[in-house]
Amino acid sequence: MSPAIETHALTRRFGSLVAVNEISFQVEAGRIFGLLGPNGAGKSTAIKMLITLLEPSSGSARVSGFDINQSPLEVRKRIGYVPQMLSADGSLTADENLTLSARLYGLRGAEFGTRIREALDFSGLAEVSRKLVKTYSGGMIRRLELAQAMLHHPAVLFLDEPTIGLDPVARKAVWERLQALRRDYGMTILLTTHDMEEADSLCDELAILHQGRIGVTGSPSELKSSVGAAATLDDVFVAYSGGTIRESGNYRDVRRSRRTLQRLG
Amino acid sequence: MKAYLRQTAAVAAAELRKAARDPTELFSRAIQPVLWLVIFGQVFSKVRGIPTGDISYLAFMTPGILAQSVLFSAIFYGIAVIWEKDLGIVQKLLVSPAYRSALVLGKAVSAGLRGLVQAVIVYLIAWLLRIGLRWEILAIMQVVLAILLGSCIFSTFSLIIACIVKTRERFMGVGQLLTMPLFFASNAIYPLELMPGWLRAIAVLNPLSYLVDVLRGGMVEGGHSLHGAAVDFAVMAIVFLVMVLVAARLYPGLAR
Repeated sequence: MSPAIETHALTRRFGSLVAVNEISFQVEAGRIFGLLGPNGAGKSTAIKMLITLLEPSSGSARVSGFDINQSPLEVRKRIGYVPQMLSADGSLTADENLTLSARLYGLRGAEFGTRIREALDFSGLAEVSRKLVKTYSGGMIRRLELAQAMLHHPAVLFLDEPTIGLDPVARKAVWERLQALRRDYGMTILLTTHDMEEADSLCDELAILHQGRIGVTGSPSELKSSVGAAATLDDVFVAYSGGTIRESGNYRDVRRSRRTLQRLG
Repeated sequence: MKAYLRQTAAVAAAELRKAARDPTELFSRAIQPVLWLVIFGQVFSKVRGIPTGDISYLAFMTPGILAQSVLFSAIFYGIAVIWEKDLGIVQKLLVSPAYRSALVLGKAVSAGLRGLVQAVIVYLIAWLLRIGLRWEILAIMQVVLAILLGSCIFSTFSLIIACIVKTRERFMGVGQLLTMPLFFASNAIYPLELMPGWLRAIAVLNPLSYLVDVLRGGMVEGGHSLHGAAVDFAVMAIVFLVMVLVAARLYPGLAR
């Protein structure tokens, strides 16, 4: 079986800046894969290329068997995406948000109703489904966004910083749901994070991204043992990028992540 | 084709729900036409300096003010789109397999229906001012269609601007810059014949002129359309088609 995601020397330049520099990796179906790196490492740019929102400058990638350049529409039919930013519409209810997604993904007839109910049960929002999303907590909004992204049972789910700004309880709730999606639907999940605990406890495999390049890939335990007996993922990060995960990122990245925190908080 | 229409309808329905929940905007937009008709219109009627044929100046400008209120409410539509981009809603829509042009068209349709609310308000003011309005079903249908099409044109134009400027601050600047010239370089409050040649050349290229022209033919008693409704509708339909194609092409750029 071909991998759920494979990239070959995938590159994106913005003027003279090389945001993503010839990254190549594979994700087997049914795995949870983490792209790890500080703000500005190129994680979001890499995701945007894989979900067909941004054309690569060079290189190629296949998602769920389809080339992102040649068959973007086929890719879109098979993926779900949860942006880092707030993507549920606050002026609509959960029901209405889900209805819009379901229609755009072409769900109809009996399936339309069952999938929406399934998504509401999955997110635990059935009882508040008729309330405006702007009255929800950050954790509830994230769960709704997950529900919107899994409605059409995508083969591959992409999440950009899925738990940024969430409190520990809400964060665990997101992790449990991601594991449930993999277990119950066999979804492949690619997420970006700069949270070492998230990477350690949730991901089967990690790639450490630093200044647009992949430093190393492997399972969390492989990476740790490659650095030393008692090493943590933080140590792994220092070893492969020469810096700590929290210190980099430019003004714009910091502003954006703070703004996201504010909205979700 | 069916999938296309379903996607369009889904986007339009979501947009209308949002508009219905926040009616303040609709009503605050009603103030401007009141000012124009009640103050500007009343004074200029007394001047009798503008040749408007068989009808009073007030009756002449009423369709112009309706067109203006359609323009003003649709032209700031792009602000909402930039807001959705800053959040992440645009990104989510664009990752779906929906047709790009269906997303654009859905938003335009909702703007069209909101434009009809503006029309009801302007009709009400005009009726209170005892302006002779046409109530025949065909005339009303002509006005309804014109408003739908006109709102679609200017909201999609606004979306195009949003896709180009990408920030709210710049959008507000460009929006302010465009509305008054579009309004004054049209036949909304004075006939084309009064304009100097250069202005007339601009007015003929201005889609607002065609909206005003078709409204003038269908809204007020004794009003008459210069080009004829068929020409007006044809021009507007072509302009709208081009706008949707351009917008569908630029819209994905918002998610970069």
